[in-house]
Amino acid sequence: MYNQTEIIKDTSELGAEGELVINMGPQHPATHGVLHLVVTLNGETIKKIEPHLGFIHRSIEKMCESLTYRQFIYVTSRMDYLSSHINNLGCALLIEKGMQIEVPERAKYIRVILSELTRIASHELWLGAMAMDLGAFTPFFYAFREREMITDIMEDTCGARLTMNYIVPGGLMYDLHPDFQKKVKAFITQFKSKVTEYEDLVTNNIIFQSRTKGVGILSAEDAISYGCTGPVARASGVSCDIRKIYPYEVYDKVEFDEVIETAGDSFARYIVRVKEMNQSIRIIEQLIDNIPEGDFVAKTKNVLKLPKGEFYSRVETARGEFGVYIVSEGGTTPHRIKFRSPGFSNLSVLNHIAAGGMIGDLMASMGTLDLVIPDIDR
Amino acid sequence: MTNEEIKEYISSLAPTATYDETGEWLNILVEPTALKPLMADLRTGKMQMNYLFCVTCVDFKTHLTMVYHLSATTHRQSIVIKANVNRDTPVIETVCDIWRTAEFLEREVFEMFGVNFTNHPDLRKLILEDDFKGFPLRKDFEDPINMIKL
Amino acid sequence: MELKEKIAGKEPFPGIVHETPGGGIVVSTFDSIINWARSNSLWPLSFATSCCGIEMMSTASAKYDFSRFGFEVARASPRQADVIIIAGTIVNKMAPVLKRLYDQMADPKYVIAMGACAISGGPFFYNTYSVVKGADHIIPVDVYIPGCPPRPEALLHSLIALQEKIKLGMTREQIRGEFKV
Repeated sequence: MYNQTEIIKDTSELGAEGELVINMGPQHPATHGVLHLVVTLNGETIKKIEPHLGFIHRSIEKMCESLTYRQFIYVTSRMDYLSSHINNLGCALLIEKGMQIEVPERAKYIRVILSELTRIASHELWLGAMAMDLGAFTPFFYAFREREMITDIMEDTCGARLTMNYIVPGGLMYDLHPDFQKKVKAFITQFKSKVTEYEDLVTNNIIFQSRTKGVGILSAEDAISYGCTGPVARASGVSCDIRKIYPYEVYDKVEFDEVIETAGDSFARYIVRVKEMNQSIRIIEQLIDNIPEGDFVAKTKNVLKLPKGEFYSRVETARGEFGVYIVSEGGTTPHRIKFRSPGFSNLSVLNHIAAGGMIGDLMASMGTLDLVIPDIDR
Repeated sequence: MTNEEIKEYISSLAPTATYDETGEWLNILVEPTALKPLMADLRTGKMQMNYLFCVTCVDFKTHLTMVYHLSATTHRQSIVIKANVNRDTPVIETVCDIWRTAEFLEREVFEMFGVNFTNHPDLRKLILEDDFKGFPLRKDFEDPINMIKL
Repeated sequence: MELKEKIAGKEPFPGIVHETPGGGIVVSTFDSIINWARSNSLWPLSFATSCCGIEMMSTASAKYDFSRFGFEVARASPRQADVIIIAGTIVNKMAPVLKRLYDQMADPKYVIAMGACAISGGPFFYNTYSVVKGADHIIPVDVYIPGCPPRPEALLHSLIALQEKIKLGMTREQIRGEFKV
């Protein structure tokens, strides 16, 4: 049983007079998922935040010890469901590395295009949800307009809108839909025309800027010590883009910039993600006309067996570094599998950046950390 | 730094370490008592490994193995440190004061495997319920209601 | 298949209009009018645990709008909501929270179980020690939506089905009310 009242029984933690302990409970309207925060307040100033996790712990690591190497990939789609292609890509890269499978060029190009489209879709939803947390309802509908275009493209090719098991060890599951290139180009044209709309509505908005500038400051040493990756660390000046440092697939053949800001506050994290969307569009433009012909999947055996040993692979999802670590004893199922999720380390920094601030600033800080709770609890 | 240089450097700090180069990165196996001084020196000394990105534990039927993956933001090389602990009374020193990320990661290993970390500031359950019995990710965990028997 | 025949033969508006000089008179029963009014303005509680929550958000946005059916105002507090859409997996730690939310909702209340995880545990059925195999182990459910995740059109279909059930008086809430002394 989990008794929320147990927390208040230990009154030795309450400290001085006038301190209040409140629950931002598992069910709250900021659409991040089920996260329970126990916030100790003194008036409106936050003294301490303690996250309680586990409300969506689906025991994925134990379950994967009984699934074969082809089967456990569908579960990773459901962990960080907003970047499901990139999670599947991480698992497929690990199996290909372990079994020495050579992936055809056509499959590599298409995998990178789909990963970048997923990254844009994830950042669009983050933009809509964060603006809604701060009280602005209109950007939510504008963001979903672009996201619906991307899910239409995904549905034509992959068959599903949100959790698509399209990337398999060896390549892809089916070939592309014939309208793929036309629709992606139409999306790029539409997206570029709407960028000024987002700038006017959100970025140059005086209320948004005063709510996010100077709020939740994270220094570079703290970001490294807490293990933060992704836009959270890049906004503090740490260069940690896996696509640049340990390139995989065709990322070493395309030109794009790694977006780094140095301010470390919520506004910097916002700007990093918006600029990353533009960089993703640049990558897609370079690749969409040059997809080579050929096979879309390499010939593999039906039953996959990794040799005895340990393997680790890492990819850059929309939230940070996603790592898969498998210890294999040579059978058809893994002996131990561990998912290094980006949200777990990004969440541990919340107490550090929000303590000492006001409770209204907590929403801005938490919104820019971009947490997806099933990714943390696994 | 090449693998040979790293091996020499670490042997000077922990003479009983053994090496394994079959995988992608250099694996170093040390005694649990020698872990903390080695980690402190890796963080502040010549190697400057300031990025701990994965802490986990693996259950081989006779013992448990703690695995730490380290990397550095300056030279981008990764190494893996391992330590075997006893299955009946697993005890190891914490590395929280060296890397702050270990606070949450070690709490998770504690509740899933039962490894006790000495000097941890706040060692209690993080993800499971407060009155959960047993250590789920161990190989001898059985749950007849939910049909787990691996 | 009495339910299907009842739905096929029903009137869109409760009551029969009699034309009289000077206007019209509607003759109906109280129950029909109350059921019709309740079904056309259900306010959902925003309760999304995992992936199906994103499809619920898509249904709320402009392309597959569910405010055309009366579900416009998604309340955050259970005291002000009529219907709870369980979108996502329920685990052992979350089950008492769900029960408490259901108890806090005021009568009449309805429940929709969205997605395979809420129906029966879904993809997490085997070898998991912490997943509740179906939300109807905790609270009584009126409408089940299959899919992983279900399309927004499937959610709209289920909202219309719930409205039909209310108009016919066949939800668990209404059936339970009939046996009250």
